[in-house]
Amino acid sequence: MTVLFDIMASVGLWGAVLRIATPLIFGTLGALLCERAGVLNLGIEGIMTFGAMIGWLSVYHGADLWTGLLIAAIAGAVFGLLHSGLTVTLGLSQHVAGLGVTLFASSFSYYVFRLIVPTAGTPPTIVPFQPIAIPGLSTLPFIGPAFFTQTAPTYLAILIALMMAYILFRTPLGLAIRMTGENPHAAEAQGVNPMKVRYGAVIAGSALMGMGGAFLTLSAFNSFFPTMVQGRGWICIALVVFSSWRPGRALFGALLFAFFDAFQLRLQTVVEGVPYQMFLMTPYILSIVALAAMARRARVPQALMQPYRRGER
Amino acid sequence: MTVPVLEIEGVSKRFGTNLANDNISITLAKGEIVALLGENGAGKTTLMSVLFGHYMPDAGRILIDGMELPQGKPRAAIRAGVGMVHQHFSLASNLTVLENVMTGTEKLWSWRSGTSAARKKLLAISERFGLKVDPDARLGDLSVGEQQRVEILKALYNDARILILDEPTAVLTNIEAERLFATLKEMARQGLSLIFISHKLDEVMAAADRIVVLRGGRMVAERRASETSKAELAELMVGRRVTRPVREPSTPGALALEAVDVTVKIDGVERLKSISFRLREGEILGIIGVSGNGQAALVHLLSGTLSRASGTLLLFDESIGNLGVADVVSAGIGRIPEDRNEEGVIGEMAIWENAVLERISSSAFSRRGLVNRKAGMTFAKEIIGQFDVRGGGPASRTRLLSGGNMQKLILGRNLHQRPRILIAAQPARGLDEGAVAAVHARLLEARRQGTAILLISEDLDEVIALADRIQAIVGGRLSPPVEAEVADARRLGLMMAGEWHEIRKVDHAI
Amino acid sequence: MRFERREHRPLYLLIVAPVLAVIAALALSGILIAIAGAPVLDAYWRILTGAFGSRLSATETLTRATPLMLTGLAAAVAFRARLWNIGAEGQFYLGAIAVAAASAKVLGDLPAPVLIPLLLLVGAIAGMVLILIPLWLRLRFSVDEVVTSLLMNFIALLFVSMLIDGVLKDPLAFGWPQSQSISDHAMLPKLIARSRLHVGLVIAITLAIVVHLMQLRTVFGLQSRAAGLNPSGAVFAGVPLGKTLMKVACLSGGLAGLAGAIEVMGVKGYVTTDLSPGFGYAGIVVAMLANLNPLGVVLAAIFTATMFVGADGMSRGLGIPTYIADVTVALSLLTMLIALFFTQYRIRR
Repeated sequence: MTVLFDIMASVGLWGAVLRIATPLIFGTLGALLCERAGVLNLGIEGIMTFGAMIGWLSVYHGADLWTGLLIAAIAGAVFGLLHSGLTVTLGLSQHVAGLGVTLFASSFSYYVFRLIVPTAGTPPTIVPFQPIAIPGLSTLPFIGPAFFTQTAPTYLAILIALMMAYILFRTPLGLAIRMTGENPHAAEAQGVNPMKVRYGAVIAGSALMGMGGAFLTLSAFNSFFPTMVQGRGWICIALVVFSSWRPGRALFGALLFAFFDAFQLRLQTVVEGVPYQMFLMTPYILSIVALAAMARRARVPQALMQPYRRGER
Repeated sequence: MTVPVLEIEGVSKRFGTNLANDNISITLAKGEIVALLGENGAGKTTLMSVLFGHYMPDAGRILIDGMELPQGKPRAAIRAGVGMVHQHFSLASNLTVLENVMTGTEKLWSWRSGTSAARKKLLAISERFGLKVDPDARLGDLSVGEQQRVEILKALYNDARILILDEPTAVLTNIEAERLFATLKEMARQGLSLIFISHKLDEVMAAADRIVVLRGGRMVAERRASETSKAELAELMVGRRVTRPVREPSTPGALALEAVDVTVKIDGVERLKSISFRLREGEILGIIGVSGNGQAALVHLLSGTLSRASGTLLLFDESIGNLGVADVVSAGIGRIPEDRNEEGVIGEMAIWENAVLERISSSAFSRRGLVNRKAGMTFAKEIIGQFDVRGGGPASRTRLLSGGNMQKLILGRNLHQRPRILIAAQPARGLDEGAVAAVHARLLEARRQGTAILLISEDLDEVIALADRIQAIVGGRLSPPVEAEVADARRLGLMMAGEWHEIRKVDHAI
Repeated sequence: MRFERREHRPLYLLIVAPVLAVIAALALSGILIAIAGAPVLDAYWRILTGAFGSRLSATETLTRATPLMLTGLAAAVAFRARLWNIGAEGQFYLGAIAVAAASAKVLGDLPAPVLIPLLLLVGAIAGMVLILIPLWLRLRFSVDEVVTSLLMNFIALLFVSMLIDGVLKDPLAFGWPQSQSISDHAMLPKLIARSRLHVGLVIAITLAIVVHLMQLRTVFGLQSRAAGLNPSGAVFAGVPLGKTLMKVACLSGGLAGLAGAIEVMGVKGYVTTDLSPGFGYAGIVVAMLANLNPLGVVLAAIFTATMFVGADGMSRGLGIPTYIADVTVALSLLTMLIALFFTQYRIRR
């Protein structure tokens, strides 16, 4: 028991929570935005992979870190455009189209990466984002080093969560997005173009996914390697359900999830005799448990996964 | 003369080879109520969709206050003061009333929704026209009548001066409908102009100033309500005189199906509350009610797809447990589901597959898990021949059939086997007059041959014409039966509103 | 411009669609090859000769196509019933490790004619077990099985990694995480001497034909199709939805598990965590390229294997990363989706 307590009381754990949570926050918010407009975006895993690769590649080729992040966002947006073309304009199965986007985006990332770095071995590194101590707050005992000495994208992720909550629930645009996800025909009848709203939401959401991926290479680590996203995208999709499609709860869900992840990472080092794979499984098992617990209770956007065609009911 | 608020000039709209609107012209004056009367498929909804900008017309134009409306732009129509109340409400059940009303009314890219001003405006409108509603209620928690009120408020909130209502009474009880028409008249008195679409002669005569009759995409007549009669309108609407068949007196036979205090729960909610009925051979028992009052649970209970929480079901005097679909079918119970496309057929499958699917495990159509395709094709061919299903052979995809022919297929696969009992839910819904007559004739023929028929319907005329006895379904409860001879529209209307206790008291008093 | 549903779907379109989709995918990845500075046509020629240029390469391509046929079938039967089993990758690994475990710990001493069918069965059952979890979650809690079956892939792979690092670890593998090898007589017979091609190919093609006939001729086939096309209609017609989905799931999971078993018993003889270069995911593409037709799956699997095997040789010659094969395959899924769309809709102005 004292072991558990020691872990809980360590500053390192709580600092890691925010770091682990950041890509999940970006990804979950991105997927949430798409789904609020009625589009399931299973392209997320591939888009995060591509974001991680292109962000790293840009910086490796001399761009500054923020430019790298921006390029990752733009790349994500382009894949979002592809996904909306398939699912909104053509109205294809969102499941299959999303998987197609994931397969394409990840294989494309690996292709480009191998083109630049032909040999296997230690991949080249960059200088990642450095932690920023928030003046005043960071000097607080325990809380300061844990929560207020993070890299800039982490603060940005939290800011975006708050902004998205505001936009979705306090602005006309947010209402139009929610209406499109609930009943695109009603949106159309009120003069809102559901196609445009869906395009916009999927493109913006995918840009966030790209940024989530870029965080991995530009802040969490300092280089890219294939399979580094490791199912984080799928976990984000589960977190969206867990959050009942609310940005605030998505933030909370990502943090909770990251806490468990950080905790198991530390537990691994102190508990003997349990294979490390058992610990590594916990995030995926937790995601499944979260899905099972929330699926019936959550208020799913009614038009999620339903293609919208004008004049067809 | 003043300029009319709305002019529809020579509008034509073609879908493929089908001319849905053929050179239609209508005018609407301030403070006037015009009814657009026509059967299903007459082109009413198409015309209104053109007016509202959902469809681009192939020819013609629309003027509002003498100004031409740009085509195909719902937003322009809204801005010009046209409001549309759809038959299938365009509302989101997870959002609040206020959110439903506010969507799209503000500049999309503003920093803040003007929620409090919007609430004030909504309350003012609801006060002015007597449309009471709680702005913060979640829409899904409201009754159908209240949801319609929201749909109307939504149009008024957009400062609509011209209101179009598509079959507004389709989902309402008689009493709710009367209340609605009172509201509409009040709106006209306050200067709004209204068009409502309907195929019900009574309400058209009662509520409209002027009646425009559409048939087969053309405008066939225009009458002032004061200068016409129901008989004339009926003839104009149908064109030819189609007489729906009416039941002849007969003596029912043995008791076929009896329910005693049956309760059904779906997801813990009681959908049928201790209902009782008795159905005899050679008899049609009509269950009348506005849809959504437990009909679906009743159909599924008797179709073998839902089990009961309590109560007894007797099949030819024998108590039965919960039956599955195969048991029900092999017991000789035929089933016509409420929704043809949702439950009746699987559109992407072939006609023969749909004909045999419900009895695929019987030895006639499969052996040791292998489908006897030949037997299925033969069966389908017989149905197609006997029941006059047009539009495809046994191997065609079922989706290609028209609604009427699809219904004939469903009727055929049930009646071909001479069922002892037939559960028929909304058998003529959405069919044109000719197909309705055909379906009714088939039901009456089955009755003559001794089939016990449970007719679940929301169409008063249908039930009065066909049923021997009638029970109303309201909120999952069944009224006691009344004999068809004493059932008139007023009495049934009261029953459908759940006021059968009142009737009973009167009956007992007499 | 708008899309209008076609009343009739001409048969030729269904044949032309995958061909056009593949051509479009090849053209698009041709751009990527060109950007990398290699001659495009030469690259494709090298892919083709790399895959079929010699007896050895042709057998190698068919060897590679074998597990793809099975995972493709797994996806095709599931998708046809609208059961989104994306977990073929995990089921593949579980089937593989089950075979390794059964051979090493329990059954290894049985004679080959008994052992081989038994091991294949064990692999299939392992795959079934894994898919039953997402299915149960869907039926019990209405959880979308796409995400759960995807997450199960990661769990399954970690589980396999744990076993080959632990109880099933091969002590002779110089510390590499690798399972004990299965008994020699548990290996599938070779089809052609001095090649890796084994009877797994025959099994896969036979199963494709069986599945095809089953979908066409049996009550189960009819019912599972009904369940996929219109669940509420199927229920009303007496199709036991849960049971039908269960059977479909077992078939799908079983096929994927079998793919893993056959890969171990036909090619490798032991399990590592890179046994599958994404066979499970590629199976989805194979199924879609075949428009979910079991016989089409055989051809689509051969195309996919051609890309993978051919790209190896091309890569060595031209310095283009082998990932170009993955890109082409993924692109062909997207182009196939679009092509299929136009078999159902036409453009109207």
